Amino acid sequence: MTNNVTELPGRDDLDLERAQAYFDQLIADDSRVEPADWMPDAYRKTLTRQMAQHAHSEIIGMQPEANWITRAPSLKRKAILTAKVQDEAGHGLYLYSAAETLGTPRDVMTEQLISGKAKYSSIFNYPARTWADMGAIGWLVDGAAICNQVPLCRCSYGPYGRAMVRICKEESFHQRQGWEILYSLSNGTAAQKQMAQEAVNRLYGPALQMFGPPDDQSPNSQQSMDWNIKRFSNDVLRQRFVDMIVPQAEALGLTLPDPDLKWNEERGHYDFGELDWTEFFDVIKGHGPANAQRLARRKEAHENGAWVREAAAAYAAKQAEAATRVA
Amino acid sequence: MSETTESVQPAGRNEWPLWEVFVRSSRGLSHVHAGSLHAPDEHMALRNARDLYTRRNEGVSLWVVRSTDITASDPDHKDSYFESSQGKNFRHATYYTKSEGVKHL
Amino acid sequence: MSGSGFDSATLISAGYALTSEELIQRDVKASEDVAQYALRLGDDALILAQRNLWWVARAPELEEDIALSNIALDLLGHARVLLTYAGSAWGKSEDDLAYFREEEEFRSLHLVELESEDFGRTIARQLVWAHYGFELFTRLSQSQDEILAAIAQKAAKEYDYHVDHAEQWTLRLGIGTEEANARLQAGLDHIAPYLDELFEDEELHDRLEGIAPRPSELREPVMSRVTSVLAEAGLTLPEVPQALTGGRRGEHREALGYLLAEMQVLARKHPGASW
Repeated sequence: MTNNVTELPGRDDLDLERAQAYFDQLIADDSRVEPADWMPDAYRKTLTRQMAQHAHSEIIGMQPEANWITRAPSLKRKAILTAKVQDEAGHGLYLYSAAETLGTPRDVMTEQLISGKAKYSSIFNYPARTWADMGAIGWLVDGAAICNQVPLCRCSYGPYGRAMVRICKEESFHQRQGWEILYSLSNGTAAQKQMAQEAVNRLYGPALQMFGPPDDQSPNSQQSMDWNIKRFSNDVLRQRFVDMIVPQAEALGLTLPDPDLKWNEERGHYDFGELDWTEFFDVIKGHGPANAQRLARRKEAHENGAWVREAAAAYAAKQAEAATRVA
Repeated sequence: MSETTESVQPAGRNEWPLWEVFVRSSRGLSHVHAGSLHAPDEHMALRNARDLYTRRNEGVSLWVVRSTDITASDPDHKDSYFESSQGKNFRHATYYTKSEGVKHL
Repeated sequence: MSGSGFDSATLISAGYALTSEELIQRDVKASEDVAQYALRLGDDALILAQRNLWWVARAPELEEDIALSNIALDLLGHARVLLTYAGSAWGKSEDDLAYFREEEEFRSLHLVELESEDFGRTIARQLVWAHYGFELFTRLSQSQDEILAAIAQKAAKEYDYHVDHAEQWTLRLGIGTEEANARLQAGLDHIAPYLDELFEDEELHDRLEGIAPRPSELREPVMSRVTSVLAEAGLTLPEVPQALTGGRRGEHREALGYLLAEMQVLARKHPGASW
């Protein structure tokens, strides 16, 4: 799984300098790095961390929506939401397996998640209070995620890029179904419209923060861009997202909760207000309203499932043993 | 998506092993690597592959192979493996230009 | 007969999937008896889907999370089309029936209402239910009612897959470890008193000759398959006195009320709203 040449001394064709030069050339050519290639340790570590965080976000991100599956207000919505949460489990799995090609087994990543050592997108540490959150999560949270993910399809690490291609293909339905939920609410009864507006009010800021801290406070961004992992800076993507959602909000008949939001003719972009970064870092550190709950549920599922996983592994071992005895 | 060759299963882990999944998207096409997953055995690997990689009619046939059972060419010897075919353009039809304009050739 | 007025040859073709949207489009109307029958099957599917959906983001492994929600989605699909068909007799939609009926108006069996927040219980029920669904819908796909036949043909294929899922897990839990064997056995003990009800004929079935199979004729094929898999896995379905039945008459266990309270709360808070 790992192919760290520094661990394989004594082979004359594995010259570290040549390997580094080869890697640098791949990056310079905007080609792809594949699992068995030599790569710098820092590249491997950065990618492993980013992909694991991304996978954890998908898995933890199932919970706010799973929270409403059993209460979905129509059977059609129940089916759509179930299919969406199922996709998220799938996306988590695509990403875990892509991350595994870098040498960290999934159970290690799982351990890091449930012990609270690993990070995931802080937006999932907010509670999904009403049904309208299902709309706002789809439209704003998945919308922001797609903005982030589309450039990742061209990430220099092959397995990550390929996972993202698959994810982006599936993800487009997520954003649309969310927008449609809000559209129905916005055009529904007064109570429904209010529910929609309140969900947008709550999730707008956190969704914009999904792109990460401002560029001048994001020290690792430049290195990731140099390695062709990241293609655009946090602020560039955030701006792109704001420009996208303003007309979409108008089409919904809902307002975005930002008094400073206005078109800037000169820049050709929307200006928007300062985000609450103190809260952002607080939530990341674990002080969000739902951090403890999200981790506890993941941990509980993992621990309650141990006997099942063990039984399946034991059965496979018994079958294999029986097969050898026959042979 | 683990195109691993020497998938290491460190001692003491009771994690289900890793499987590589290949999907035939329609009859007449090859099975193409889609990604990987964990499963306790081949039957469950196939089931999981169906649920994970063909939720949207992506396939008509699935293969699963234990990651550890795949033998891959060594990237450090890629020159000795793949250099030889370079410079042998005469293996491609486009090498032969004299016949241009002659029909059915 | 349904009186749907289009010929079965076009409806029941390979790979055909009849959806509730399409039923509405085709403007079918079920007879009272067929509607009552579809309501029973629809309620069973809906309540079991709701039970299995509890597992989302809680399954023993992520791969299994996807498998269990796939099964729940299949059941939900059956519920939607069956309730739509049932409702066509009374001018009601699938959502009217799912969200705005009282507990005593549901016609689901006790087995599907049972609490199952344990993998052993879930697999025990899935084992019996998947075989039951497979046998039932395989027969129903020959129904003289084209709509029921079309619904059943797709459902039978899906149940075939649910059978495999349940059997594979039964073998792994039964043979894998002692603990798993004990926990699946406890699950079987939990469901055992509620199985007779699956095979009880009603007067309704007398009136549906050629349209619906009699539940009693399913007992032998279902139970013989279930017991043979259990024997292979080192497990048994205990012979226990059967609990009083009544699901088909709207006499439910206490568990259903809680399930419905959760399922219906939002829709009922906003009557007349569309989503």
